[in-house]
Formats: sequence, C-alpha cells, structure tokens
Amino acid sequence: MSERQVELEILRYDPDKDREPRFQAYRVPCPEDWVVLDAINYVKDRLDRTLSYRWSCHMAVCGSCGMMINGEPKLSCKTFLRDQPDRIRIEPLASFPIERDLVVVMGDFMNKLGRVKPYLVPAEKKAVEDGSYLQSPGQLKKFKQYTLCINCALCYAACPQYALNPGFIGPAALALAHRYNSDSRDVGRTARADVVASNEGIWECSFVGACSEVCPEHVDPAAAIQQTKIASTIDYFKDLLLPGRKG
Amino acid sequence: MDLISADVVIVGAGGAGLRAAIAVAEETPRLKVALLSKVYPMRSHTVAAEGGAAGVARDDDSFDNHFDDTVSGGDWLCDQDAVDLFVREAPRELTRLEHWGCPWSRQPNGRVAVRPFGGMKIERTWYAADKTGFHMLHTLFQTSLKYPSIERYDEFYTTDLLMVDGRCVGVAAIEMRSGQLRLFRSKVVVVATGGAGRIFPFTTNGAIKTGDGMALAYRAGAALKDMEFIQYHPTGLPGTGILITEGSRGEGGILVNKDNYRYLQDYDLGPLDPWPRKKAMELGPRDRLSQAFWHEQKKGRTIKGPHGDVVHLDLRHLGEKLIDERLPLVRDLAISYAGVDPVRAPIPVRPVVHYTMGGIDTDIDAKTRIDGLFAAGECACVSINGANRLGSNSLTELLVFGARAGQGAARAAAGGRSFAGETAIFEQGRMARDGLSRLFQRVGSGETVSGLRRDMNAAMESGAGIYRTEESLRAACATMRKIRDRYASVALDDKSNVYNTDLIQTLELGAMIDVANAMTASALARKESRGSHQRLDFEKRDDDKFLKHSLAYRAADGDPRLEYRDVVITRSQPGKRVYGGRQS
Repeated sequence: MSERQVELEILRYDPDKDREPRFQAYRVPCPEDWVVLDAINYVKDRLDRTLSYRWSCHMAVCGSCGMMINGEPKLSCKTFLRDQPDRIRIEPLASFPIERDLVVVMGDFMNKLGRVKPYLVPAEKKAVEDGSYLQSPGQLKKFKQYTLCINCALCYAACPQYALNPGFIGPAALALAHRYNSDSRDVGRTARADVVASNEGIWECSFVGACSEVCPEHVDPAAAIQQTKIASTIDYFKDLLLPGRKG
Repeated sequence: MDLISADVVIVGAGGAGLRAAIAVAEETPRLKVALLSKVYPMRSHTVAAEGGAAGVARDDDSFDNHFDDTVSGGDWLCDQDAVDLFVREAPRELTRLEHWGCPWSRQPNGRVAVRPFGGMKIERTWYAADKTGFHMLHTLFQTSLKYPSIERYDEFYTTDLLMVDGRCVGVAAIEMRSGQLRLFRSKVVVVATGGAGRIFPFTTNGAIKTGDGMALAYRAGAALKDMEFIQYHPTGLPGTGILITEGSRGEGGILVNKDNYRYLQDYDLGPLDPWPRKKAMELGPRDRLSQAFWHEQKKGRTIKGPHGDVVHLDLRHLGEKLIDERLPLVRDLAISYAGVDPVRAPIPVRPVVHYTMGGIDTDIDAKTRIDGLFAAGECACVSINGANRLGSNSLTELLVFGARAGQGAARAAAGGRSFAGETAIFEQGRMARDGLSRLFQRVGSGETVSGLRRDMNAAMESGAGIYRTEESLRAACATMRKIRDRYASVALDDKSNVYNTDLIQTLELGAMIDVANAMTASALARKESRGSHQRLDFEKRDDDKFLKHSLAYRAADGDPRLEYRDVVITRSQPGKRVYGGRQS
C-alpha cells in the first residue's frame, strides 16, 4: 500500500434536505492501482453511507459511472488516482440536472436515444429459416466503430452546444443514428431524417469536437455527425434535382 | 400507493428480460408490458460478457454435438430435454439477433464467423469481437424501443413479489428517484435479474449482481435449484476480478505456471500436441481449469503477485494484428487494469467467481412452480448447465429461455387470466411498505452493511470455494446463519427518499444473505464431487445418490429446507468426462 493520501471534494446535494449543492471533503488512501471509483467506494463503505452515485461493472463497459473529475467528464472506473493531483474535485456530469449527489437525471438522454429510431429497418423482412443477412467484413467495418457507444453521456457533458440548447439531440444519439444508417442491412435513413436532419439534429452541431475528445470508447461522434451532414446535403440536392424521387 | 396495471411485469432488463419483453410484444402486441430494472437497461451485466454465444453454425457440426458437449460439460446434471430444446433453438435465436442488427463478426464471404470455445468439440461460438454481451444487450435494448407496448420503469428496485392465494399477481418496487413504493398489478410476472456473484469477494460480476430475483422467488416459495454449483472462471485479472475472456484461449492463448510450463497437461487435459485442438488443454472446461490452478498453487508452482498467486495467460504468439481484431477489449483491459500489454507480455490471471449455475427452479417453458411466475437467464435454473456451464452457452440461454418466458407469459396473460382484486393487492403493498418503514426507523446497533458484506464474502470464499469439505461448509453454514441474524439489526445511515443507495445496498445484502444460505446448505448436503462442486472428503461423483437436483426451499424460520428431484435423462447415460486425448 502506498503512503499517499488524496482528498476528494465531492459535490453533495439531497433535494430533500439541501437548498443548494455543497462540497464535502474526504481523505482516502491511494494505492497505486486504484481508480477514482475505488476511492469513492472507500468513502461509501468506510466513511459516509449517505453518498449516492451510480456504478456497476468497474471495467468501462456498462457506462454508469461518468462524472466530472477535476472539471473533465470521465468514467471514474477508468481514471487512475496515480494520474490525478492530491486534491480531486468530483461533481456530477455537467449540463444534466442533479438528482442527488453524483447522480444525474438521465431521462432526456434516454428519450433522445429512442427518438432517432435506433433499430434495424431492413429492406425486406427475412424469416429466421432463411438465415442471416450477408455482410462482408468491409461492410461491417463501415459502421462498427459507431456500435461501440456505451451510453455514458460524457459527450453530452462535454458538448458546448448541449449546454446552450438542451433540445439538441446530441452526439451519442446522432452517432447511434449514423450507426444504423451506415449498416448495409438497413434502409431506415429516410425515416430517421425527421429527427436527425432537423434543426435540433446535426445542424445544431458547431463541430467543436469535444464529444470525440472525451469519448472513452473512441466512437468519434463528431465524425458521425459530419458524415451525416454530408449525406444529408446530398439528399437535399437530389430532392431538388429529382423531385418526388422518394416516391 | 400508486397502482400500475400491466398484463405482464418483467423484473430485470438485461438480455433475458429484454428478450422476454420483445417476445411478449411480438406475440401479442395488445398486451401491456411493464419492464422494471434497478438500473438503465444498458447497465445490466449482460454488457460485460465477452467471448460469444454458442449455436450450431457449421455444416460439419450438429445439434447432437452441441448436446453432447453441454451434457458432459455439465457432468450429467443437465436436464436433457431442456438441453435438446436449447441446442435446437440456439441458431434460430442468434439469427434473429442478426436480423435485429447485432454486429456479429464475419467471415470474408459475409457469413457470420464462429470461434472455438472451452469444452466445445467444433467451432460454434458466434462473437462480436470480444464484446459479444455488450453488442447483444445494446441490440436488444435498441430493438425494444420499436415496441410501444413495452413501458420501461428504469431504476425501480423490486422489493417483493405480490402473492395472493399462492399466485403471483404483481410486484412492489421502489422508484429510486422519489423513494416511493409503487405497486404493479399483473397477470404474469417474469423474473430475469441475473446472477449473484457479489456474494463472493473476488468476482467478475458487477456491483449490481446481488441475486435480487433469486431471493424474491425464494421468499415467495419457489425452490432455488442446484445452488451449490458456482462457476470459477479460470482467467480473471488479480485485484479487480475483471474477466479475460475464454475467447483469448479460443484464439490460441496458453496458460503457463512459474516455470513457463503448460501445467494443464498434468491434469488429464493433455497431451500438448497436436495444438491447437478442441476440448483439450486450454480449451478444456472451466471447472477443470480452475481446479488445476488450485493444485498448482498447492504445489507452489504459481507466481506470486501483489494480489495473490497467479498464472500467466500468454497471447504473444497470436500477434498484434489478430489481438487487435479479435480481442481488442482484452488488450485494453490488460493494459489499463494490469499494466500489461498482451502483445508484449503475458497477462497475470487467477480463477474468479463468474456464474451461478443454479437459480430459480423452472421447467423447459421457463415456468416456475408458482402460478403466474416465470424466470429466465442466469437467475433461473432450467437445468441446461448442470454442474458446470460451458462458456458461451449462457448468452444463448438468455435468448432462448428469455424468449420462451415472454411467449409463455404472453399466452398466459392473453388466455383469460385476470388481475387480482385491488383490496388484496393493497393489503400486500401495505405489508411491503411497513417492512421498509421499520427499516427506516430502526436504530443502529453497530452492524453495518459493508461490515456484514465483508464477513459474508470471507465466509463464502473460505467455506464454499473451488474445493470444499464437510468442515469448511459447516463453518460457512454457521457463519451465514449468524450473518442472517445480525442483518436483522442493520440500520440505515441515510434516511433520504431520493436515490438512497444506502437503502438499496441494504436490501441487496438481504437478498445475497438468503441466496448464500441456500448455497451453503445445498453444498453441505451434496456429499459427492461433480462439476464445479468439488469435495475433498467425497472425491468421486456418486450417481446412485446424487444424480439429482438439489431444491432449496425457504422454511418459515428462514433456514433452507432441501428436497431432491431426479435429473431428466433421455439419451445420454452418465459417463466419464473425457478431455485431452488425441481427438481433434
């Protein structure tokens, strides 16, 4: 065990009791292989049972434990104490309403995922007896990266546009739409365009790219949005030149 | 108390719960489904499954092969009618998931690729790189959004099954955001809450895997079946317990001890050559590999590490390109959490609690013996896994039996079952609410949730680990009984209504304690060694006495009461489990 200790300054807020959020400090040990989540669990198990936060897998795949760590949106299970200063400020994800302590209200995010119709719309429905669709490794590669989103919402906390306009569909949901739009088995792009290509969709993005920088899975939502913008512009001109082509 | 009515209530929104919800929606769109989960669906632990899902895919494979591998892998404790159904449905369910968009890895010709897995005679494990569970879960969740009849209740913690005249008529659940207890009235309830690995200190399971659904059913009178069978996965990262998939051995990874010796050849899994070959060495079943580690440790041939003894999983010979293509998550996890890049150095690993073969007793239609109650996935025991589950059978299981639970629930709900009367429901609800009020009002006596959890973890690891004895199990039973008594005096520090995780963790601990008591009692009574249940004092399998399922019922005093039921044998008589040899 290392001698080092760190101080966690954790945002606390219980709407039942507190008029506004406050910070509470905890001193915790700091073994070499601990992540911030281990330190928070130490607080919960040994120092303060009243602290609330979300976590489960401790391996950066369930997407529960996103929070602001010294001002940056991060997964607490993949942020090592050894890379952090001796005083670490921990807050709930920015741009989301606080439900309690480090727990944010996720309802808006969940609704937006659903609004982009994130499911396969096949050209023709196939019976199970007819087997799988064929899809080459090359076709898979075209969208694979966009399937890797763990819905941790760090990109929303980083996005300057979402901070200004909570109506913005946002990076993860737009990347998810792009994932299905780019799937060789899917023909649902037009059905998704109502939301994706609306004013609150891709055109709201000002291409700062903060989403891609903070993404722990390297999904690159900014690239997804840019590619969607290009495809959507081509659609627009096709419609102009060939009216009624959607029939 | 609010009363919400839905034709079908599903508790748990991981792979099995989502698959069940979709099955109801497809079978009978007019039925209203209430899908409850203590977490958002994408957080469910299906997400952490890595290696793949088994289903016959190749022309040179057959249902009989998959059946034989599964039944012998389970040391003949599998119900063979259930396995028969399972292997036949498996490819259909996996294909269905492909139709829903699951990004299965592909062969150059565009067909779905399959990889070898432990205990499987032929390649039949469908995979999506090494994030198969993640992709299956997200595909199911996203697909579920298509169906307007599925109404989700995210972050609702189910505290009770509502029982009227021996029939399950709904559930009571805490809406975590408000702390309010809500009553759900339904014609059928499906429990799909997953495993209980958190009963043990060192586990691949996420924090949420606390056996909640098993405890709900157990308390309502259902039997927990074969609870003594707990799977240790042979390759977890020391310290964290993070899973390193069996797929890494499927792709050719090897296990070596401190002398750089492939020790599995000493445990009836060899000889070494020819390599690679199926059902041999590193592609043996998980129980045998974890037991081999234990023996190596006793012989002093493991490697000392900061988090205890380890062996080395060596992938270096696979090369960077293949590792990045097939095992990207393994590389990332090893670098991040063990400080080792598997392209350049072997990964330190040790056995880690991974899976509960046992669970809520169901028939092959996912029905429990309680009227109106179904169960599917890891929380259930339909008995396809027997005494040892083969890797990649569980992801398929949650599809096959999740779908069956949903279809069965839909037929029952559509077939003239009625809702229970409101008076009876509210009466049940009041009892649930009073129980919570008493917990909130209880004054502390010094017992803490974290303290009791540590004591439970320690008792289970030392008493009911990879190898067990009469003495170790008696001690574990006694300690777990005491922990059950001590639990009655745990008080809450947090009295808030809003997202009170002190409350939720306390309830989760209560569930784990009930389930752990069923585990230790079942293990003590099984005086033989079979699959994952190894007794140093009864080293042989005893088919005369124990070709039977253990059924643990919760008696009025809270103690487990055991009964037994014969295993269903249709066409494979118990034989010797053969691994290694020179078969290809």
